Amino acid sequence: MAQNQLDWRTEDNSTGKPPLSLDNVHVGYATRRGKVQAVRGVTVDLRAGESLALIGESGSGKSTLGLAIVRLLPETAQVSPGVIIYRRDEREVDVLKLTPNEMREFRWSDCAMVFQAALNAFNPVLTVWNQTFDTAKAHGWHDKRAVLARLVELLQFVQLDPKRVIDAYPHELSGGMRQRVLLALSLLLNPQVLILDEPTTALDIITQRTIIKLLRQLKEDQHFTMIFISHDLAIAAELADRVATMYAGRIVELGTSDDIFYRPRHPYTLGLIRAVPTVSGGFEQLFSIPGSPPDLINLPSGCKFHERCSFATDRCIQEEPELETVGLNHTAACWNWRAVEEELKLNPLHRGALNVLDPSIILAEAA
Amino acid sequence: MAPIIELRNLTKRFGKGKETVTAVDAVSFAIEPGETVCLVGESGCGKSTTGRMVAGLLDPTAGEVLFEGKSISKLDSTAFRRYRQSVQIIHQDPYSSLNPTQTIREIITAPLLRHNKVKKRGDAEGRALALLEVVDLTPARDIIDKYPHQLSGGQRQRVAVARALTVDPKFIVADEAVSMVDVSIRVSILTMLARLKQEFDVTFLFITHDLALAKYFAWEGRITVMYLGRVVEDGPTQRLITDARHPYTQALLSAVPEADPELAHHKRQIELRGAEIPSLLALPPGCTFHPRCPYFVPGQCDVAAPPLEPVAEGGRVACPVRKLEHISLLV
Repeated sequence: MAQNQLDWRTEDNSTGKPPLSLDNVHVGYATRRGKVQAVRGVTVDLRAGESLALIGESGSGKSTLGLAIVRLLPETAQVSPGVIIYRRDEREVDVLKLTPNEMREFRWSDCAMVFQAALNAFNPVLTVWNQTFDTAKAHGWHDKRAVLARLVELLQFVQLDPKRVIDAYPHELSGGMRQRVLLALSLLLNPQVLILDEPTTALDIITQRTIIKLLRQLKEDQHFTMIFISHDLAIAAELADRVATMYAGRIVELGTSDDIFYRPRHPYTLGLIRAVPTVSGGFEQLFSIPGSPPDLINLPSGCKFHERCSFATDRCIQEEPELETVGLNHTAACWNWRAVEEELKLNPLHRGALNVLDPSIILAEAA
Repeated sequence: MAPIIELRNLTKRFGKGKETVTAVDAVSFAIEPGETVCLVGESGCGKSTTGRMVAGLLDPTAGEVLFEGKSISKLDSTAFRRYRQSVQIIHQDPYSSLNPTQTIREIITAPLLRHNKVKKRGDAEGRALALLEVVDLTPARDIIDKYPHQLSGGQRQRVAVARALTVDPKFIVADEAVSMVDVSIRVSILTMLARLKQEFDVTFLFITHDLALAKYFAWEGRITVMYLGRVVEDGPTQRLITDARHPYTQALLSAVPEADPELAHHKRQIELRGAEIPSLLALPPGCTFHPRCPYFVPGQCDVAAPPLEPVAEGGRVACPVRKLEHISLLV
C-alpha cells in the first residue's frame, strides 16, 4: 500500500504548551424536571501531539464535553462555570469568549470535529466537491485549483480514489467511505486538534480497521493532537496515549493507556474493562456492573458511582472524592483505590493471548 | 432426534428483474437442541434475513426451514401455530420493539391471554411477575406498571425477553440483542440468556456482527460466518477462533479492534487486496470474496463458487485454495 504523506503539515508541536486546557468546565441543560448536570467540573490538559480517549457509558458526559469544546451544544445548554483555553504558536484564546465568526473559523482551522453519523454531517444535495469548495469559500479561500489539489491530496491520504469520490453525492458512498471523506474534509483547513466522536461506531469490522490505521498514521506520522470519544474501549486501546474515564459528568480516572487497562484504580474503570470481551485474548470471565447510570437531574450523594460499586464504604455515600495521584501521571477519584489495587494483585487484568492466526498465513505485520 | 432447526438451501431474493439482490444464497445448516449457534458477518451479509426466515417472519424465495424435522411451509395450521410459538425472535432495538402506549403489564399479559397460557385471567399477572423475575427485573412489582420509556435500554431488552418467554419457546433468535445496550450491562444480559438455556431448555441462534461477543456467548457452541449471502465457514467456536480457515474469517478476526492495548498493538493484520465490499447488485463471479482475497488464484476462484467442505477439526469451509495450502504445509 502506498504510504501517503501529508507533506503540507510541517508544524512541530511535540514541545510547548498544551494546545487545549480545560479548567473546571461545567455543562448543564435546563429542563422542566430540573437541571441536567451533564458535565460537572472537568479539568484536563490536552498535550501537544497526544491522543486522549474519553471513555464511559451513555450519559457519562463525554460527547457533551466534546461538543462544548467546539461550542456546538444546543441552545438550552449552559457552559458555566469553566474556562477552555486554546493555544497555537504564540496565540492563546478563551474559546468560550469567541464571537460567532471567530468560532466558525476556530472549528475548521484550529479544532475540527468529526461526528459519528457521517451521513448527517453532509448536505445531501451537494457533491463532495461542492461541499468542500463551499467550506473553503466560507473561510476566504477562493482559489479553486488550490482547493481541488488539496482535496485530492487529502482523499488520497484517506485511501479513496478521488475520481470516484469528488463528484459523488453522500448517498452514493458507503458508510466507511463517508467517514473517510469526512475525515479528509476535517483536515482541509489544517487544524491543530481533531475531536472524533465515535469515529468507528456503526462501521463494519474491516472498515473499522481501515479507519483505525488512518488515525494511527495521523497520530504517529503527522503528530496530530486528537481526542477520541467512544463507548468502545477498543478504540481507546488501539489509539490512545492517555485515557480518561468519565462517569456522571466527571473524569473519575486519568492515566496512560497501559495504566488504565492493566492498573486501573477506579472501580468503574475496572468494571468496564472486566465487562468487555476480546477476540484474541484467552477466554475470560466477564462481569457486568450492577445497576444503571444515575439520573443526571437527581444525582446520588457522595461518589456518584457508590450505588453500583462493590468497593463502596460509608465515606463514599457522604463525600464525593476528587482526583488524587495514584501513580506517576495517573489520577483517580476514589476513596478506596488502594482496595482496587489489592484486588488487582489477586486477579490481574492481563489476559494472555490465544494464537488466533496461524503464523504461516500471515502476510503483513500490523502497520 | 431431528435438529430443532434446519436450513436447507435457504434463499431469499429481493426486488425484480435487474434490480434483484440475493440477500441469502442457498444457506444450509442444522442446529441441535441445546446447542448455541452464532451467526456472524458484516452488514448486508444476510444474517438478519436468515434469522427472520428462521422465525417465520419472512418467506424464503427457495429452499426451506425445518422445525423439528418438518418443513414449516408444509405444516397444517395447528402445527404452524405451535411452531410460531416455539420459535421467538428478539430484535436489536428495544426502543422500537415495545409498544410505547402499553404498560409492561399489558405487554406481557397480552400474549399469555391470547395463547391461553394461563387458566384464568387473574393468573396472568402472577405469571407476568414471575417472568419479570426470570429476566432479573426485580422487584417486578415496581416494573410492571411502568411504560417502556421509563425503563433503560437494558431493562427494555429484558422486557422483550420476558415477552418472548410468555409462549414457552424452545428456540430463540436473538438478532443483535445486546448491540444497543451499554457495555457495562451487556454481560449481565448475556448471562441471563445463558441461564434460560439451562433452565428453560431454550436453544439460541445468536446473530451479531461482534466476533468478541460471539466468542464469549458461544464458547462451547458453534459460529457460522456469512459473507454476501453465503456461509463461508462454520465450526466449533474454539476451532474457528484459533484456527480459522477461510481467508474472510481470518480477515475479520485480524481486523477486530481489541479492548486491550497489548493485543491491539501486537495483533497481526491480513492485508486485503480491496477494502470495499462489492454491491449485492453486482456480485463478482465465482467466490464473491475473490476481489479482496490475498490468496486469489486466477482462473479458479473467479470461475466457480466453492462449495462448503468439511474440515477434519470440525465444521466446514468454502475455500479450496486454503484447503490445498493446508495439505501442502503438512507434506
